[in-house]
Amino acid sequence: MRSGLALLGATGRSVAVGFGAVGRFVAFAALALSHLVRPPFYGRELALQMVQIGWLSLPVVGLTALFTGGALALQIYAGSARFSAEFAVPSITAIGMVRELGPVLGGLMVAARVASSIAAEIGTMRVSEQIDALRTLATDPMKYLVAPRIVAATLAMPVLVAVGDAIGILGGYWVGVSRLGFDGPTYLRNTVDFLEFWDVASGLVKGAVFGFLVALCGCFCGMHSGRGAQGVGEATKTAVVLASILILSANYLLTEAFFSA
Amino acid sequence: MIRVHDLHKAFGPKHVLAGVSFEVARGESLVVIGGSGTGKSVLLKCLLGLEFPDRGAVEIAGLTGPRPHDLAAHVGMLFQGAALFDSLPVWQNVAFRLMRGPARMGRIEARAAALEKLARVGMSPESAELYPAELSGGMQKRVGLARAIAGEPPILFFDEPTAGLDPILAAVINALIREIVTEMGATAITITHDMRTLRDVADRVAMLHEGRFYWQGSAAEALESDDPVLAQFVQGRIDGPIPTLR
Repeated sequence: MRSGLALLGATGRSVAVGFGAVGRFVAFAALALSHLVRPPFYGRELALQMVQIGWLSLPVVGLTALFTGGALALQIYAGSARFSAEFAVPSITAIGMVRELGPVLGGLMVAARVASSIAAEIGTMRVSEQIDALRTLATDPMKYLVAPRIVAATLAMPVLVAVGDAIGILGGYWVGVSRLGFDGPTYLRNTVDFLEFWDVASGLVKGAVFGFLVALCGCFCGMHSGRGAQGVGEATKTAVVLASILILSANYLLTEAFFSA
Repeated sequence: MIRVHDLHKAFGPKHVLAGVSFEVARGESLVVIGGSGTGKSVLLKCLLGLEFPDRGAVEIAGLTGPRPHDLAAHVGMLFQGAALFDSLPVWQNVAFRLMRGPARMGRIEARAAALEKLARVGMSPESAELYPAELSGGMQKRVGLARAIAGEPPILFFDEPTAGLDPILAAVINALIREIVTEMGATAITITHDMRTLRDVADRVAMLHEGRFYWQGSAAEALESDDPVLAQFVQGRIDGPIPTLR
């Protein structure tokens, strides 16, 4: 009886802690959103973050897309050959890239690179009293640190997704032509003919949402980092895990919203 | 200039501040001493509005219950680890406040003001382009001091200004603080457990013990006091009323 009550108590405490964390995250997101639209705005910080988050993520997103596009073409060819439908390789590779794999894999790679970096940077600033110093210099850390990162990630991510989509399709083209015996112009024509505007646009919208989530998770975990190296390490790990889970769940919800019959 | 009345602050069951009351007159330099973990830094953070006290009143430069944003024009702060912004070069750290806000300066004017403050704390113009990670601990403290005085605030707070410095460098920082406080006519509160800082910087000394100001007096009185708690702390004795872990 006593052990049952103890188990119930422990479960209750865990649930309460979980709901508390969700509440803090939602409140932080609301506060961050409110700071996006109120001055002062830090243009120089925004430009710096656009470079850090967008430009410097291009290699990792591009390489991921290139190999994913190639592998996707091989898999679709292997599957479609069973139904003598090899002609579908270009169109399905393109649709798969722009609707799903481009935004999702790009988002996950950016989560690994950017959410961790933001959480570590802000977490270190917190434990070394730099955030307190900002406040004593009449600078709101939500405006100076959080808002530019969220805006930069939200704007940069669709561009990264667009570049990733193009490189991914190129990867499929390269494999299709060099390994699967497709004619180059025909592959490209099939790709263009079957892609619709909303296929591409939905991926870009997903990219913007994923960028927002990545920066939000990095900033939230950094601003709530524990003390010392262990606290910053924990914040960094949590930021990546949280961002990845939120990207995958948001992807499902957005796909339902965009494409469910 | 600074009035604190019945300040209380607890973290869970631990009552760090349990009714702290004091006043600091304009131009006076108060040094607060006390053991590690007695709430000295928490007291400073409550004064700066970085921590919200559970109870009590704070009045600084006529502002009641001030927030950091309101205090920025009135208070300069030197943090224990200097808390310089890693992503900015030295001169931009010093000029951070000058380049922002309603009365912001242009970049050239702000840089000139930063170089002047850096010179005041003994830093060369060449150091202005370095990043904080390229500086020694003592140099970081000097830059932190330059940033604290950049806006020429009437009130200065120093949190453990000599922590982690060798005795000679600590003496240099103490001398700088005393000179700057005197020439600016600033009101200052310094948190320390360095007796050299107490001797060099204090007009008045207060000892924080068990959440209250246990003792107040001049530096000379503090150093010669036979109060058992104060004497144990000042003389660094293991045996006495303050419990120690051995």
